[in-house]
Amino acid sequence: MFAVEIKTEQASPTQIDTLPERTLGKPLLDKKVSMHCREVDVFYGDKQAIFDVSLDIGKNEVLAMIGPSGCGKSTFLRCLNRMNDTINSCKITGSIRLDGEDIYDPKVDIELLRARVGMVFQKPNPFPKSVYENVAYGPRIHGLTRDKIELDEIVKNSLMRAGLWKEVKDRLDDVGTGLSGGQQQRLCIARAIAINPEVILMDEPCSALDPIATAIVEELIDELRQRYTIVIVTHSMQQAARVSQRTAYFHLGKLVEVDKTDRLFTNPSHGLTEAYITGRFG
Amino acid sequence: MSDRIKATVKRRQVREAIEQSLIRRRKRNRRFRMLGLGAVILGMLFLGIMFSSIISKGYSAFALTDIQLEIYFDPEVIDPQGGRNPDVLASAAYGKLVKAALRKEYPEVKKRKEKRKLYRLVSTGAIQQLRDLVLSDPAIIGSRKKLWLIADDDVDQYYKHGENQSRLKGQQLAWVAQLRAKDALKTSFNTNFFTAGDSREPELAGIRGAVVGSFFVIMITLGLSLPLGVAAAIYLEEFSPRNHWTDFVEININNLAAVPSIVFGLLGLAVYINFFELPRSAPLVGGLVLTLMTLPTIIIASRAALKSVPPSIREAALGMGASKMQMVFHHVLPLAMPGMLTGTIIGLAQALGETAPLLMIGMVAFIVDIPGSILDPATVLPVQIYLWADSPERAFTERTSAAILVLLAFLVLMNLVAIWLRRKFEKRW
Repeated sequence: MFAVEIKTEQASPTQIDTLPERTLGKPLLDKKVSMHCREVDVFYGDKQAIFDVSLDIGKNEVLAMIGPSGCGKSTFLRCLNRMNDTINSCKITGSIRLDGEDIYDPKVDIELLRARVGMVFQKPNPFPKSVYENVAYGPRIHGLTRDKIELDEIVKNSLMRAGLWKEVKDRLDDVGTGLSGGQQQRLCIARAIAINPEVILMDEPCSALDPIATAIVEELIDELRQRYTIVIVTHSMQQAARVSQRTAYFHLGKLVEVDKTDRLFTNPSHGLTEAYITGRFG
Repeated sequence: MSDRIKATVKRRQVREAIEQSLIRRRKRNRRFRMLGLGAVILGMLFLGIMFSSIISKGYSAFALTDIQLEIYFDPEVIDPQGGRNPDVLASAAYGKLVKAALRKEYPEVKKRKEKRKLYRLVSTGAIQQLRDLVLSDPAIIGSRKKLWLIADDDVDQYYKHGENQSRLKGQQLAWVAQLRAKDALKTSFNTNFFTAGDSREPELAGIRGAVVGSFFVIMITLGLSLPLGVAAAIYLEEFSPRNHWTDFVEININNLAAVPSIVFGLLGLAVYINFFELPRSAPLVGGLVLTLMTLPTIIIASRAALKSVPPSIREAALGMGASKMQMVFHHVLPLAMPGMLTGTIIGLAQALGETAPLLMIGMVAFIVDIPGSILDPATVLPVQIYLWADSPERAFTERTSAAILVLLAFLVLMNLVAIWLRRKFEKRW
């Protein structure tokens, strides 16, 4: 908690601009919305980490979330599939709806929600099991297949869509943690898409990868957009510019500005956004 | 002085200061390394002294002296009626045969007192030997046979260690010397030591009863403490809410691990024996008491093992929509297993060597029979060692060391199993 506090203070360029009263740009969409977030506040104990964020995530779009360290983008991302529930002191108010259904409704099954909203983490975290078992795990626990043939099919398809099939088809029984970093991250993506989620959350998926592996994953994200809605948190503005259709800029727990990626990067409405994307801080 | 020269001077001073401090640091490094090495060498030295002392004292217990005597299987003594009824054969007075053989060997011995001394050269175990022979082959009755019979522990000590280590005196020494001259004394492997229960006669005493007792006790301890300990650790680590109540439980578990073991023995006596009226000296009660003692060790080790599983694995599983239970059983538990097993085996090794609590529940009794079930009276290896160490006969001294060797062998074996299991289940992530 304390570390977060220090980070936010460091990230605060008081001399540049004050935060706007409300989000600039176009946070809300008119149609084809996958997730509605309205007036979301997040608290860690007494400390508020997210202030009044309202944002729509469109179907089949890649939404990038950028901002300086400690600005709350990861916290917000983890609210979308309730991964923050694992932190005891974390409290969330406001509403987040997936296809019109409030995901914080006590009646919602958290397992089902997480199956519908998959997640890829910052550090590749394949299970210390075989490549096959890694991908087969989701379909298995959710009972998506009736027999081995179907499961084999799903594993193969997922690995193919993650662009990993060619590299691992002869070593499906090898331990997943034995792959290279980039392969591990694509394995994690294959694992996430094996249960065919509606939304995939990616928390800085390339920060542990080298530029070549990053390029492969970015290409993959672009392909995955055809089938899934993707929300990606990234530290790299180039990456946001390359993969996303819309970009959201967070600052000190507030959503400063959301707009079409090309517009946000060429013509930001707020001074903070401009300062960040031109590299004056961050 | 220009700024540049000032900077150079300053840099030189810094360099000298660092070099000075480097000398000190290197010296300190060297001193610490020597200390560490010294500690290791000292530890190894004491271990070496302990092992060599135990082995040098104990190895002779694995040999047993036999006396060769010509036995006449006198039908008059064994089976006067000649019915060859097994019951009659089993209850015959075989001692008389041994005594007759000894009298024949030493015809010069006439006085009753001397005769009694003479008879003492052969162990009472010889009676059992003869009985077994006759029962297995009744046709032997009536024949004369040269047989190797178990010698008394005094003869055994004399033959193995010399005059000073034995209680033999005067005439007895002469008789034994005579036997030795005729090559009628030899040592053979002491199978008794591994097949017999405890006995008042050192040459007949064995550790089988104690080993079986220890086995029952450890099995009960394992069977109860592993599932209970692992379940408690999983609940406390993964499921329980963090509040004052769980803090209280945690503090108490840590305190339990530090409670002197004899207190657990008293608790066992009060609860299991006095309240539940379970039998005294039974491995069941011993196992229950040692379970209480081992549980905190297993819980603490298991919780540490669970804690060491990286959170990324948990997040990965939860992110896939696994329930908490699935996360624990599919991913966390397999990774924590090596640590849990190591903790369990260390706890069990501790239980295997435990004496004090078992004294309180009556497992210190002198028990000859080998226990057949967990409710039979039994003793365990460390208690057997304690009992023998307490006995005055010299022959028990070497048996004490031999029993310690057996106990150490079991402990080493368990630790090897622990290492093997850890290697086998250890996975990289």
